[in-house]
Amino acid sequence: MTPVLPDGPLTNETVGRLVRPYTVSDGRTRATSHFTLVTVVRATGAPTQGTFGLEHAQVLALCESPVSVAEVAARMQVPAAVVKVLLSDLAEGGAVVTGHAPPPSADHYALPDRDLLEAVRDALLKRL
Amino acid sequence: MPSSNDCDQPPAEALPVGIKVLVAGGFGVGKTTFVNTLSEIEPLSTEEMLTAVSAATDRLDGVENKATTTVALDFGRITLSPSHVLYLFGTPGQERFWFMWDELSEGALGAVVLADTRRLEHSFAAVDFFERRGIPFVVAVNEFDGAHRYHAEEVRTALDLRQEVPVALCDARVQSSGIRVLLELIQHLITTRSSHGSDTAPPVLRA
Repeated sequence: MTPVLPDGPLTNETVGRLVRPYTVSDGRTRATSHFTLVTVVRATGAPTQGTFGLEHAQVLALCESPVSVAEVAARMQVPAAVVKVLLSDLAEGGAVVTGHAPPPSADHYALPDRDLLEAVRDALLKRL
Repeated sequence: MPSSNDCDQPPAEALPVGIKVLVAGGFGVGKTTFVNTLSEIEPLSTEEMLTAVSAATDRLDGVENKATTTVALDFGRITLSPSHVLYLFGTPGQERFWFMWDELSEGALGAVVLADTRRLEHSFAAVDFFERRGIPFVVAVNEFDGAHRYHAEEVRTALDLRQEVPVALCDARVQSSGIRVLLELIQHLITTRSSHGSDTAPPVLRA
């Protein structure tokens, strides 16, 4: 699909957002896969199955390189909940691949594994 | 991540893992500066729905009340490696929203609580929040004029911090200072993971 994308969010000076944000997801706010703000997604470039609209195309354009859900939402200027629904559609249609996210957390905090912590520490040390 | 198309997708392992660290502290302590100084991308903000549940005991009828509010979260990004991307999320500055933060802290590695010695009380709510939930955090004393007015131990006492919580001095405007604060947090996590109830106070580093 090659839709023409607007340069910025669809807004009007006086009215503000021309499209109410939740209409793009048909009022849905519950994604079928679990996405967090820091779930990393990437467009696969594969032919897609399913019916996608302009908003889905915008999401795809924003994740040609790996990017987080939060970044897609921020750049589209739509709520993260809406982006999660769009991504869920796209993932089911084979258009995006998503990174592993921790399962919805239990009530308590769980310490991450040591390998992750050491990798993060080493990477930060390199940036000093 | 469950998906009906798992067998058709490239391995998700090829994607970097997103890591979330919260940057907290009340209004005016320098959260935005801290995040923007470290971020490799321009300041971004996303709206997230958070559900606040007020306890049943708060209400006369004994029924829990859920309220969903949309909150704007400022964030920044640090690409650590092809495998890990760190996202710093500033918590909402308004203290009245602090009880909503449960969802906000889901999946977070830990937190940085910024403190300004001119208004230490602005950081009380954040310290309290993370302590209650057992989320590891460090306190970063952000001073603006280069002259630290208080010794870090005075800050520890004023904030009533447990001994194991690292207190670092920092300048949120300086990138290396912010990196050192993040390193304090990671080291704290590593230490917490490998020790049980260590009583020695961690050294205070000038970040």
